[in-house]
Amino acid sequence: MRKLQFHPCGNFNETYERELTIFETDYGRLSMLIGLILLFAVIPFITNEYVLYVINIIGIYAIAAIGLNLLIGYTGQISLGHGAFFGVGAYSAAILATKAGFPFLIAVPLAGVITAIVGMFFGLPSARLKHLYLCIATLASQFILEYVFVQWESLTGGAEGISIPSGSLFGIDLGSDRNFYYVIFICLVVMTWMAVNLIRTRYGRAFIAIRDNDQAAEGMGIPIFQYKLLSFAISSFYAGFAGALYAYYMMSITPEPFNLWLSIEYIAMIIIGGLGSIPGSIFGTIFIIALNETLSLATEFLMNVGATGIGITIAPLREFVYGLAIILFIIFEPKGLAEVWRIVRSSFRLWPFSY
Amino acid sequence: MEFFFQILINGLSIGFLYALAALGFVMIFKSSSVLNFAHGELMAIGAFVFLVLSTWAKLPIWLAFLITLAGSFSLGFIIERFFLRPLIGEALIEVIMLTVGLAIMLKGLMLFIFGGDIHSYVDFLPQTLTFHWGAIEVPGVYVATFIVGLIFLGLFGFFFKYSSQGIYMRSVADNQPAAMALGVHVRRVFAISWAIAALVCAMSGIVLGIINGINVHEVSAVGLKVFPVVILGGLDSIGGAILGGIIIGLLETFTGGYISSGLREVIPYIVLIVILMIKPYGLFGLVEIERV
Repeated sequence: MRKLQFHPCGNFNETYERELTIFETDYGRLSMLIGLILLFAVIPFITNEYVLYVINIIGIYAIAAIGLNLLIGYTGQISLGHGAFFGVGAYSAAILATKAGFPFLIAVPLAGVITAIVGMFFGLPSARLKHLYLCIATLASQFILEYVFVQWESLTGGAEGISIPSGSLFGIDLGSDRNFYYVIFICLVVMTWMAVNLIRTRYGRAFIAIRDNDQAAEGMGIPIFQYKLLSFAISSFYAGFAGALYAYYMMSITPEPFNLWLSIEYIAMIIIGGLGSIPGSIFGTIFIIALNETLSLATEFLMNVGATGIGITIAPLREFVYGLAIILFIIFEPKGLAEVWRIVRSSFRLWPFSY
Repeated sequence: MEFFFQILINGLSIGFLYALAALGFVMIFKSSSVLNFAHGELMAIGAFVFLVLSTWAKLPIWLAFLITLAGSFSLGFIIERFFLRPLIGEALIEVIMLTVGLAIMLKGLMLFIFGGDIHSYVDFLPQTLTFHWGAIEVPGVYVATFIVGLIFLGLFGFFFKYSSQGIYMRSVADNQPAAMALGVHVRRVFAISWAIAALVCAMSGIVLGIINGINVHEVSAVGLKVFPVVILGGLDSIGGAILGGIIIGLLETFTGGYISSGLREVIPYIVLIVILMIKPYGLFGLVEIERV
């Protein structure tokens, strides 16, 4: 094994390859390896049912959040319909599993592909629109898709929803939280790996060029409409894939969760985590889900200790705290948790000679 | 035929209400290019303050109305000063998300104080406002909406056309650096436009409350309906907002009356997508031409 490399005290990249590396030092690889071992060999065995459930939900949402970050953070196309795309994935998986009898292994990626097609359709307005107008167009797609979930009863079961038999993969039943944990986190690791590498390719660079200045990008010969649609497709694929996992994990779905609120939650995740940062999307998801769970636990706790009245009245304060967290992050740390993490790391690295 | 006219009248008055709500929205957008997602919540705050003052504290109606308007005016100032000003010059998504955060925060606060039930005002409109025309009856509320709306639209027309502050606002909307160079106090213009927008919001919230009763969820849903309205008319056109409001209102009530009530909620958004495909900057919006 070659010698472990330390962090240089400046930017000494001499080749483009060096600039594009994911791990600047071997310590990055090492800590990732330790992280993966912790993730797959330790965490599922030391957590109880409830914590494992929360971690699973974080994993599912993180996949969709990475997709949204590719669209908003890297391509600069604001989408307010991500929650609905997540729902399209969930419904496609449920319909494929129950009506067409597809196995888990085919239903989940296929649901992702279907969502990608739907996402491309709703990305069509981006041919002529940008910024605010596009944002409102995606808001419309959110409402239209919600309407379809409720009204297309023959396919989606209306407000009743669909219940799905628990999936099985290579003969292993996925009904238990722990088995599903492995499925979710293997998917998350693979999709994070794909996203990180996508950014380093020709496509990723084109996305970033479109985000930074779409006119200049077009001037340099990037067919921006195709790339915007591609970005919508990739982002929706991530959302649909996560939605399909969600449907299998929950075993029954209704139109209820896939509302505008969910879309806003996704945007909150990537803003709090850090726009244009793949690890940031995961940090943001952890933050938002942990905040949600803490606030609902607090409400529940107050109700259990006999203060039911207070418990019910403070329930809306959850939303208040939620909104406040978003505002504080935007005003005081617009680059999100990814930036906080970078500052913490570099202050360790530079200690005691930080400047 | 009678059904048709009743629907027509309902549609017109709902449309007028949307137009009023959209007015405040266009105001903010025109001067500071901020897409305000907290619009419905600002409406709800106005409606609730008026509820507290008029129905619970039993102040005279005109006094309650004036205090509510003054209160929302200052609320607009405060919001601009503490939340929007730090973000001047930041990326679009951050400003949008800030207003979303504001919306969630205000909504939570209102649910905390007033709960999710429907409240209603004491009946204070005089009976003489109710208008009969053959078998068709126009409720007094609608007539009042129409009158109040007309007065305010007229006032705004004059404000933008003749008052110096209105002219400053138009200049900032037109070209911010040029306005700055000519000595317009741009930050003050932003603050005042937020304050006026909050005032208009409060007013449309009160009118909505008189018609439907006040419920936090419902009022904030109307806040989202503002988007199709302003897109239809063009984001920066006041005339367009009025026309757009009326078209969307008619469309909604006719769909609800003749096709299905489920479609009613979603038809504005379907129309929105179609309009964006055909005429991206709305009927009267400023077309931004970009060429490579």
